[in-house]
Amino acid sequence: MAAGSMRPSAKSYDAIVVGAGHNGLVNACYLARSGLRVLVLERNDYVGGAAVSRRLYDGFTYSNCSYVCSLLRTEIIRALELPLYGLQIIPYEGGCTLMRNGGHLSLYDNHDALRREIARHSRRDAEAYERYVRDMLRHCRFIKPLLLRAPPDPSSFRPRDIRELMFLGRHFSRLGEARMYDTLRFWTMSCADMLDEYFESEIVKAHLAGSGIIGTALGPRSPGSAYVLLHHYMGSIDGTVGAWGFARGGMGAITQALAASLTASGGTVRTGAAVEQIRVRGGRATGVVLEGGEEISARIVVSNLDVRRTFLKTVAAEHLPPEFLEQVRRFKIRGSSGKLNIALDGLPHFPAIPQDSPSTRGDMHVTDTIEMLERAYDDWKEGRWSRAPYVDMLIPTQIDPTMAPPGKHYMSVFVQYCPYRLADGEWTPEKRQAFGASVIDTIAHHSPNFKNLILHAEIRTPRDIENEVGLTEGNIFQGELTFDQLLFNRPIPGYAQYRAPLRGLYMCGSSTHPGGGVMGAPGANAAGAILRDLGRAQ
Amino acid sequence: MIIHAKRRSYDCAVIGAGHNGLVCAAYLARKGRSVLVLEAAEQVGGAAVTREFAPGFRVSSCAHLLHLMPAGIMRELRLADQGLRFAGQTLPTLALSADERPLVLGAGHERELAERSPLDAAAYREWQRLLARLAAALHPTLAGIPPRLGTDAWRERLALLNLGWRLRRLGRRDMRELLRIGGMCVHDLLEERFTLPLLKGALALDAVLGTNYGPRSPGTVFSLLYRHAASGGPEALAQPQGGLGALTAALARAAHGAGAEIRTGAPVAKILVREDRAAGVVLTSGEEIAAASVISSADPKTTFLKLLGSEHLDAGFVRRVTQLRTRGLAGKLHLALARAPQIAGLAPEALRGRLLVAPSPDYIERAYNHAKYRECSAEPMLEITLPTLADPSLAPEGQHVLSVIVQYAPYAPAAGWACERERFTDVVIDTLERYLPGLRASMVARELLTPEDIEREFRIQGGHWHHAELALDQFFMMRPLPGTAQYRAPLPGLFMCGAGCHPGGGVTGLAGRSAARELLSEAA
Repeated sequence: MAAGSMRPSAKSYDAIVVGAGHNGLVNACYLARSGLRVLVLERNDYVGGAAVSRRLYDGFTYSNCSYVCSLLRTEIIRALELPLYGLQIIPYEGGCTLMRNGGHLSLYDNHDALRREIARHSRRDAEAYERYVRDMLRHCRFIKPLLLRAPPDPSSFRPRDIRELMFLGRHFSRLGEARMYDTLRFWTMSCADMLDEYFESEIVKAHLAGSGIIGTALGPRSPGSAYVLLHHYMGSIDGTVGAWGFARGGMGAITQALAASLTASGGTVRTGAAVEQIRVRGGRATGVVLEGGEEISARIVVSNLDVRRTFLKTVAAEHLPPEFLEQVRRFKIRGSSGKLNIALDGLPHFPAIPQDSPSTRGDMHVTDTIEMLERAYDDWKEGRWSRAPYVDMLIPTQIDPTMAPPGKHYMSVFVQYCPYRLADGEWTPEKRQAFGASVIDTIAHHSPNFKNLILHAEIRTPRDIENEVGLTEGNIFQGELTFDQLLFNRPIPGYAQYRAPLRGLYMCGSSTHPGGGVMGAPGANAAGAILRDLGRAQ
Repeated sequence: MIIHAKRRSYDCAVIGAGHNGLVCAAYLARKGRSVLVLEAAEQVGGAAVTREFAPGFRVSSCAHLLHLMPAGIMRELRLADQGLRFAGQTLPTLALSADERPLVLGAGHERELAERSPLDAAAYREWQRLLARLAAALHPTLAGIPPRLGTDAWRERLALLNLGWRLRRLGRRDMRELLRIGGMCVHDLLEERFTLPLLKGALALDAVLGTNYGPRSPGTVFSLLYRHAASGGPEALAQPQGGLGALTAALARAAHGAGAEIRTGAPVAKILVREDRAAGVVLTSGEEIAAASVISSADPKTTFLKLLGSEHLDAGFVRRVTQLRTRGLAGKLHLALARAPQIAGLAPEALRGRLLVAPSPDYIERAYNHAKYRECSAEPMLEITLPTLADPSLAPEGQHVLSVIVQYAPYAPAAGWACERERFTDVVIDTLERYLPGLRASMVARELLTPEDIEREFRIQGGHWHHAELALDQFFMMRPLPGTAQYRAPLPGLFMCGAGCHPGGGVTGLAGRSAARELLSEAA
């Protein structure tokens, strides 16, 4: 890519960002726009990290890691002028959940159509759905202002922390008594219990519960999964909260736009440049050493890598406090998701869905009940991939023809659960195939002509995602989204403000608040912290 | 000891003579209130009773150990003077293993652990110290009345500031650790600190016993903290002489001594409502008893839906009540034994205390998996006591009683208890046999109490020994229901003092005492 080919002259930099994932690029953009000389170093030969579009089969473009867009903060899209650099997000037209017995629940962006569809399963739930949406939007409104702020350290007496804590307190108390309790309950509930309080129909609950487990080593009955559900709900497209969509040209379009925005504001991206070590002199980060020995100096080093990789692999242990390292080792990053990218010779037929229904132009889930999701989780706990997995599949080429040759289609299939470590030993190519086959069978159960249409399938286990993208255990959030790893606990209590225990070293990956999903908030917040330290607060 | 009502009108009518009801009555009576306690059963005690389950064999039929009641309450109510004696105190915990010697935990047994794993022994000491510090900081919160949010009342604000201050006083390190582990799952915590499966299993059991969760469920560290913070002191397992019934008998004497009247065999049918406030109770016999305040130690669903009636409550509140998670997952097995069970290489008296069948957190998690799908555990987790070793009075000469808390036994198994009961009883006994060989041969009689039976026998809807699930979203200001955490029902004159209230279940008496304090604070 253009930016990648640009070789830096021998000049030194103000800041080096390690890793050209979306957060690294967002971070670099903000720094460059406030006048810093920024260099982004990417190990792979392409930018994007886990938000990429790749041509792995002739004529097809795969969003082969992250596959849909919603969480990317509007503030960031605007500030970095991403549409100007080619970012276009197309909202879903619908969605559906397919049941093994041939039944289905369709999703429509037309509210009344959706109500009628839910009423088909339960009139009571159609009523409850209004209540559910209202409450979810309220929880989104509560959390929104917290996303683009560094969380305060409740154990500190620094004025800034006290100020932020008071802000949090005021923000919370503005909810009013009843809402405050609701919020406290919601944050500590399991999504199964939460949904039980609204709905009676199994399929409606199962459909919604899906978002509560995606990317997470929790089951729908695990307390805390309600928050994970919210985490997938708090995004927006063109102001429609909770809406999801496709990035035209695949998820790579987002990071391409970021890279373009960065180069336009004077930053440099260098691909194929793997950082071996973050150089430390006199107790502060002074630059990086690349594989092959090249050294690049900078006053500031920002790591887009997950917290384990940053501190256990790229910083020499002697520079870090032992108890901090202990906490890093305790940070939970668990691989629980797999991914299939499939090139199709035509549009698969799903008999359950009426022809040309918008229901196929969005997420298509495969599940029946919350119990089925929970049992899939039990398989993961035992170190095997789910025998009846939760499948979230999309065919973006129905809306975005740029991703496949005319008449052909690309299908992205997200699979929950798939373990990083198998109980019966390491992953092997055979096991990967077996895993892929089980998923393809699951889909074929709902689409008779599916198997015959398959031209090529890329099967990715957490292991593969780790090897290619560098995400520890292939965890898509760079760390579990559980209480003990959220807000001021993320990634590590006392270090939730993007600063490492080393002067000049910062974190900007999804390991930091507010966590994963292609959101960009960690990158932006980290930039805020850096600029504050440089006395250039925006 | 039981005196029949001499009058028809009281300051306070307490529904239920469980430990919380009695504690509440005692504190009210001590402040000069005229108090009548009404108990449906023929004897006092609620779920802390001793009863005969086979000819000559008596057992603490629900709770079977005392370890959570704060020393403060026992002192204030002078339970020792009321005849409360202990057959055993600071009892050890034995984590049983099918193939190695049991691991003994508890005061005076530190060497046991050190011999197996010096690392774990050190980690365990450190964990115990941390736990003690956190418990000390949290106890006042459990022992106090939860604040109300969103009010300007100074009392509420003070309570919140107080909590914040106590957390800060822990020091930066402990406070951060508390905020980190507070919502964590016990499985992760144990993985971080320990290596021995037996040790991890034993600690995981403490975290999930009586709850609806497994070791991998986030929030289980909180229930472990609860267990330690409730008693205020170091957790010291104790066995009352004569079983848990002796404790409630002493509480009854304390209440009576302070002037409260107690009527057993007097089931309350309805709470009287006059001019939109609670005015007394009606017994199933039709007898009406007037009272200025009614305090119910029954579970929230029974109190609101059965005794009060939804017609006196607003629809939203009723929905919340019905949505309370109140289904128990703990069963109780009682065995009458011709002789004491033996464990090779252990002296008989070594079996005093708790014997745990929870060889590893994974074992417990697997047992829990079944419960999620309304099945009984194939290999259940067990907490076993042999009360007769320390207290022979509970069984005929030379014979013994074995009392087991069994998890997980769903409230309503898919197959129904009618066909599950015998099968599951055998499953539990087979599991026991694996750890206590020869047990089956010495069995004289057996009794399984399912959550369904517990619901019936102890009148706890759902048969949950915490009345309502002890989970973060049903705790503190949200317990039993948001807005009613201050022991007041949304009807003037009606109070709650049961385990469904803050802080929760276990034989603590805290809910009873706090409810009394709240009521008195209002009147004062």
